[in-house]
Amino acid sequence: MAEQMEGDVIGGKKIQEKYLRDEMMPHIFCNGCGLGNVLDYVLWAVEKEGFDMDKTVFLSGIGCSSRIPGYIDADALHTTHGRALGFATGVKMANPELNVIVFTGDGDCIGIGGNHFIHAARRNLNITVIAVNNYIYGMTGGQVAPTTPEGHFGTTAPYGNIESPFDMSKMAIAAGATYVARWPVYRPNQPINSIREGLRNNGFSFIEMMSPCTTAYGRRNKFREIKDLWDFYIDNTILKEEYEMTMKFGSEEEKEAAKDKIIIGELHKISKKPLEDRYRDLVKELME
Amino acid sequence: MKPDTYFIDGNTACAEGAIAAGCTFFASYPITPATEILETMAKRFPEIHGSYLQMEDELASIAAVIGASWAGRKAMTATSGPGFSLMMENYGFALMTETPCVIVNVMRGGPSTGLPTMVAQGDVMQTRWGTHGDVGVVVYCPGSPQEMFDMTVEAFNTAERYRLPVVLLSDAVVAHMTEKVVIPPKEELDIVNRKKPKNSPEEYLPYCPDEDLVPPMACAGEGYGVHVTGLTHDERGYPSVDEKTQTFLVTRLINKIRKNSDDILKYEEYKVDDAEIIIVAYGSVSRSAREAVDMARAEGIKVGLLRPITLWPFPEDRIYELAAKGVKAFLVAEINFGQIVYEVQRCTDGHCPTYLAPRMGGSIHTPEELVERLYGINEGKEGSN
Ligand SMILES: Cc1ncc(C[n+]2csc(CCOP(=O)(O)OP(=O)(O)O)c2C)c(N)n1
Ligand code: SF4
Ligand SMILES: [Mg+2]
Repeated sequence: MAEQMEGDVIGGKKIQEKYLRDEMMPHIFCNGCGLGNVLDYVLWAVEKEGFDMDKTVFLSGIGCSSRIPGYIDADALHTTHGRALGFATGVKMANPELNVIVFTGDGDCIGIGGNHFIHAARRNLNITVIAVNNYIYGMTGGQVAPTTPEGHFGTTAPYGNIESPFDMSKMAIAAGATYVARWPVYRPNQPINSIREGLRNNGFSFIEMMSPCTTAYGRRNKFREIKDLWDFYIDNTILKEEYEMTMKFGSEEEKEAAKDKIIIGELHKISKKPLEDRYRDLVKELME
Repeated sequence: MKPDTYFIDGNTACAEGAIAAGCTFFASYPITPATEILETMAKRFPEIHGSYLQMEDELASIAAVIGASWAGRKAMTATSGPGFSLMMENYGFALMTETPCVIVNVMRGGPSTGLPTMVAQGDVMQTRWGTHGDVGVVVYCPGSPQEMFDMTVEAFNTAERYRLPVVLLSDAVVAHMTEKVVIPPKEELDIVNRKKPKNSPEEYLPYCPDEDLVPPMACAGEGYGVHVTGLTHDERGYPSVDEKTQTFLVTRLINKIRKNSDDILKYEEYKVDDAEIIIVAYGSVSRSAREAVDMARAEGIKVGLLRPITLWPFPEDRIYELAAKGVKAFLVAEINFGQIVYEVQRCTDGHCPTYLAPRMGGSIHTPEELVERLYGINEGKEGSN
């Protein structure tokens, strides 16, 4: 397998044939949507980690992002809006042998599902969450989300968003996640590496993917072309290492320019026993 | 607990019934008057190698239970009205995806936070119609701690046999009353496990039913690659927006219960054979009703009791039969302003009047007040409900 993988990582074709359900095509995603990239990256990570698809379960809530598991040829639970992490908790605690990967959208994860999100992170279950942040409610046609930047437009924020947005990755760290990374989809290698890192981490891994929604978000926010959105990500993000250097050694102007940017990269990594291992230990102790 | 005779409360009996039925996954959120079930499970589950979780809320509790069921476990959650309301969306998800599991609702006084520590029967119709869309449901209503044990076992068996979430609808009185409970030896218990596929993963269609309208269930990690979705789905489990697929699926989900209702239906009769007036009562109220039957009979009024043990399926044919055969009247006693009374009225099909003995949440009817009503009905002093 390893030989086949050398070369162009986003070449895509072979990996799609191996992992996707043919009968589910064509997919529902719009032209220019980042969800295809996210799916590809996860498949590559799974491939490189050599995961057994018969022992891997994909879960999701509701939304465009949550439709991803439907295309993967493996066990999958496409659940209810915001609740995927509740379902995933049941799956993992019922059978810790299973690899559990959850796809969720920004609305699904931190809007309607916010409470489950912080508690799943707190419990530090050994699962990997791929949170697709398109800064909008995509599936329902572009309503403002708890992640929408201030001043940006949605069908339900016709005069611009006046609320402050959530930073999902920061929230994950604060709540107890043991691995957190954030990447825009235009970089293939770093996200794949972070997803692999997440899959390997024995605990709650959270990978936030900044993903363009051309249809429901771009159009209303002067990102008519997919390139406009990608440029927006490039202009408004800063690598964690670069941010830290700037804040330490940079000039006042450099600091000023960096301070409101979205920090990307591997944001957090610690080691802590996951809930299912603690439960197993407890059972063992009681049996002795 | 070892097979033996115990003196325990209904909630403990329910927890032990679940364990006896093979339940090894429990996720819940504390709420009166169901909390003793959580407390028993928290203590007992590590001992039986089960998984116990206290979740962040009831939305997550039922989600975890459904997830665990798809990972191959028998799973249960327990709650009361406010939590049951929160579970409604995922209750529908479990019905749609045909996920075996058990939901215990120990009823307390509502609406809203209501009377947390006191009895009521206000959630009856919620178990039937509380989730959106057309559904067929199975609801057990135990009348004693012994039945909390027995019907929990039965609820698991029905959930596994017909692949659906089954509700055990108890109430604060039955849950908290302490009585003799016999836990039978393992070999005397009839335990049902879900059907597994007999064909290969290549041939298997996750939502292709057998003759009993129930599809065999492959779980996560068994190599079948099952896609589970709450969207309308075809036999492959794939989403579809086709009207025919919707009609086929929903009709089957409803017929799965209807066509098997003789097997699922459960009720108990007491002195019904020569009865002219029949009391219909379930759960804790049936205990007063039984007493009222004896008291009225001592005064020469021929009264009987019909106690539904499954509220759904409902004993519709039996009630119709009794009404058509010449019973003078039905009296429905329930701790609400009338829920099952409309079911009874529908089933009598105009053959005789149906009266309601309503009661607000807090306590159960006394036998005396029911006898009072029976006098009135017997003497023709009551207007029809
Ligand atoms: C309980 C509930 N409320 C509302 C909806 C409607 N709904 C479907 S998808 C969605 C938004 C999804 O947004 P997000 O999670 O960001 O996913 P995206 O489509 O942007 O990937 C909403 C509000 C629903 N399905 N269920
Ligand atoms: S609406 Fe947005 S998120 Fe959904 S498929 Fe289209 S581009 Fe992607
Ligand atoms: Mg979104």
